[in-house]
Amino acid sequence: MSREGAGTDGAGGIRGGAGTGPGGAAPGAAAPGGPVLQLRDLKVRIATRRGLVRAVDGVSLEVARGEAVGLVGESGSGKSMTLRAILGVLPPEARVTAGQILLDGADLVPLSQADLNRIRGRKISMIFQEPMSALNPVMRVGHQIAEGPRVHLGYSRSKAAERALDLMRRVGIPDPERRYRAYPHEFSGGMRQRVMIAIALSCDPEVILCDEPTTALDVTIQDQILRLLARLCRESGVSLVFVTHDLPVVAQLCQRVAVMYGGQIAEWGDVRDVLLDPRHPYTLGLVRSAPDVDEVRESLVAIPGSPPSLVSPPPGCRFHPRCAFAEEDCRAEPPPPLRELPGGRRTACLHHERCEDVLATERSPR
Amino acid sequence: MTGPGAELLSARGIAVWFPVGSAVTARLRHRPRLLRAVDGVDLDLARGEALALVGESGSGKSTLALALAGLRPVNRGSITYDGRPLPTRRSRADRRRIQIVFQDPYSSLNPRLTVGGMLRELIAVHKVVPPREQAAFAAELLRLVGLGEDALRAYPRQFSGGQRQRVALARALALRPEVLVADEPVSALDVSVQATILNLLADLRRELGPSLLLISHNLAVVRHLCDRTAVMYLGRIVEVGPTERLFTSPAHPYTRGLLAAIPRLAPAGGQEPGGTAGPAVAGDMPSALSVPSGCRFRTRCPHARERCAAEDPALASAPGEPGHLAACHFAFEGIAAGAP
Ligand SMILES: Nc1ncnc2c1ncn2[C@@H]1O[C@H](COP(=O)(O)OP(=O)(O)OP(=O)(O)O)[C@@H](O)[C@H]1O
Ligand SMILES: Nc1ncnc2c1ncn2[C@@H]1O[C@H](COP(=O)(O)OP(=O)(O)O)[C@@H](O)[C@H]1O
Ligand code: SF4
Ligand SMILES: [Mg+2]
Ligand SMILES: [Mg+2]
Repeated sequence: MSREGAGTDGAGGIRGGAGTGPGGAAPGAAAPGGPVLQLRDLKVRIATRRGLVRAVDGVSLEVARGEAVGLVGESGSGKSMTLRAILGVLPPEARVTAGQILLDGADLVPLSQADLNRIRGRKISMIFQEPMSALNPVMRVGHQIAEGPRVHLGYSRSKAAERALDLMRRVGIPDPERRYRAYPHEFSGGMRQRVMIAIALSCDPEVILCDEPTTALDVTIQDQILRLLARLCRESGVSLVFVTHDLPVVAQLCQRVAVMYGGQIAEWGDVRDVLLDPRHPYTLGLVRSAPDVDEVRESLVAIPGSPPSLVSPPPGCRFHPRCAFAEEDCRAEPPPPLRELPGGRRTACLHHERCEDVLATERSPR
Repeated sequence: MTGPGAELLSARGIAVWFPVGSAVTARLRHRPRLLRAVDGVDLDLARGEALALVGESGSGKSTLALALAGLRPVNRGSITYDGRPLPTRRSRADRRRIQIVFQDPYSSLNPRLTVGGMLRELIAVHKVVPPREQAAFAAELLRLVGLGEDALRAYPRQFSGGQRQRVALARALALRPEVLVADEPVSALDVSVQATILNLLADLRRELGPSLLLISHNLAVVRHLCDRTAVMYLGRIVEVGPTERLFTSPAHPYTRGLLAAIPRLAPAGGQEPGGTAGPAVAGDMPSALSVPSGCRFRTRCPHARERCAAEDPALASAPGEPGHLAACHFAFEGIAAGAP
C-alpha cells in the first residue's frame, strides 16, 4: 500500500512537526507526508451527577494527509466525544483534562474559543449521521454551502455562489443550478449527506470528522457516499476521521483503524491487519459477532456482558470482565498501555498471542 | 414454490396506496394523488420457513408486512391463510396467529407496565393458558428469550436495548404465533448485541417452529437466517428465490447492484481501501408518487433499453428453477449475466 505516512507510524515519528508553534500552523508546515492530525494521550472528562465520566481516557492516534482513519467501537465507547474534542465543540459539562490535539503540529487544546472558531469549519469540519439536524431547514442549500467561504475566506457573494455550485458538482448533486435554490427537505437522505459534504469541503479543510455519516443510509446510497469520500481523499488530499459501528465500512474506506473500548484504544493499525487478523480479543469479538455476507457460519459468537462503566471502570484492562483470555495480570492497575507490534500496529492486550491461536484453530479446515 | 412445507400465508396482487396532499388539492385534481407503497405483490410463506424481505428504505417492506399481519387494510388483492381467505377485519384468533416485532424496542413497549404485568394481561385477554398456569407460562417465556425471572418485576426502561428486544420477542411469542414477522429487529442494536438476538431467533425457530418473515436491510443477517429471500423495489418484488441461489446467482440487475454495494471485511479482488471503482447502483430510488413507466428500476438500471420504458416486466421464473423468479425482461437471458 502506498501510504506516505507509513514511515511515521511508530513512536519515533510522533515528534515530527511538533516544533511549529500555533502561529506557524499554515497548511504544509508539517513535514511532507507527516501526520496532519495527531492526538496524544487525550482525556475528556464529563461532570455528571453519577460522578466524573471518563469518556475519552488517553487516546493517541495520527492521521496522514489524504488518509482516512476509522474509529470503531460499541455505543458509548467515546468515539463521538473524541471527535467533538477535536472540533472543540464539547458539551458544557465536558472538558479536555489532558493531552494534545495537534493540527499540523500545533496544539489546539490551549486555544481560546475565538481562535478555535477560526479553525472550526475552515481547517477542520464535520459531518453527522443525521444531516437534517445540522442543516438549516429554512435556508436554501446553495446559500448554506456558500456561507463558509463568505465568512472564513472573505469571498464576495457572487464568488461564493460560484464556489458553491462548483462544490455541488464535485459531490455529485445533479442539476446544481436548479438545486442551489432548493431547501433541505426537498432532498433525499443521500443528497442531504452530499450537501453536508459540500459544506464540510467548502473552505478546503485539512481534516473532515465524520460521525457515522452513512449509518442511516441504504446500502446502495452508503456505497455512493463512501466512494465519494474516498475520491475526495485521493483528489484533494483531505484527511478523514471516520466513526462507525460497521467494520466492513471501515475496511472499504479507511487505510488505518483505531478500535475503541471504554474510552481507550484497544487496537490500532493497518485496516487489513486489524480487521482480518486482530490482536485484541475485543476486536476479535466484534469481527466474530457480526454475520458475514460471503461466509455462512453455524452461529454467531456474541461478546458476553456489557460495556464498562466510565465512571468507575474496572481496574486494569478495561475489557477483562468480558474477556476469555483474562488472567490475574489483566486485573492489575494501571491499565496495560498500548504496545507496539511489528508492522506499526499496536495492541493494549497483554495476551494478544492468544488471538493468533483462536484464529488458527478457526481457520484450519475441518 | 420451494419452501419446506405447504403455503401458510399467501398474498396475491396486494396493493397498498396512501392518498397524499391536502383535501383541497385533491378536490382540484378530482382525485387524490396516490403514493403506491405496495403496488402489486404476490408472496407465499410456507409453514416453518424463514423468508427474508430486503430492499431500500421506502420500498414498501414495512407496509407489506403490516398488510400481511392485518394491521393495515389493502386496496387491492387478497390474503389467504392456510387456504382460507382472510377478511379485512380479522378475528381475534387470526390476529393472534401473526405477530410482529418492530425495530425500535424503546417505543414498542408500554412504559407503565412491568414485563410480568404486560405478559399476564396478554395471556389473559387471549386466553392462551388457563388462569392458574399464567404465572408459570410467563416465566417460561422469559426463559425462552434468555431473561431471568426477576425481569417479570422490571419496567421496560430498566432494560438495555438488547434486553428490550428480548422482551418484545417474549411478548410476541406469548400468543404462540404461527407466523412471526420481525421488522428490522436488530438494526437499532450494537453488533455485539445483535449476535445474541440473531442466535435467539434461530433457536426459537428450532424450538417452536413458527414461520418467520424477516425484514432487514442487512443482507448478511438475511443470508445467515433465511431459507428464501425476496427483494423489493418501489412497491414490487423484483426477485425472489432460495437464499443461497439468490446470493450466488442473482438475476435482477437491482439485486446484483445491492449485493455489490455491501461493504466487505475483505474487499473483493483485493481492492485497496478507498479504491477507484464506481458505485454499484447509481442515483436514488424514485418517489412512490411517480413510479416510472415500464420497468420501475429502469431509471437506475445499467442495462435499460427501449423496451424497458414501454413494458412492465412480469415476475417470471428461471428456466428449470421454478422457485427463482425475477422481474426483468432480460433476467435469465444472460444480458446482464456478463455484468459485474
Ligand atoms: N452530555 C453528556 N453527559 C454525560 N455523559 C455523556 C454525555 N455525552 C456522552 N456521555 C458519555 O460519554 C461516553 C462516550 O460517549 P460518546 O457519545 O463519545 O460515545 P460513542 O462511542 O460515540 O457512542 P455511539 O456509538 O452510541 O454514538 C458515554 O459513556 C456516554 O454515556
Ligand atoms: N402511513 C403512511 N402514510 C403515507 N405514506 C406512507 C405511510 N406508510 C408508509 N408510507 C410510504 O410508503 C412507502 C413505503 O414505506 P415502507 O413500507 O415504510 O417502506 P420500507 O419499510 O421498505 O422502508 C414510502 O414511500 C413511505 O413514505
Ligand atoms: S427490465 Fe430493463 S430496466 Fe428493468 S431491470 Fe431489466 S434491463 Fe433493467
Ligand atoms: Mg456517537
Ligand atoms: Mg420499514
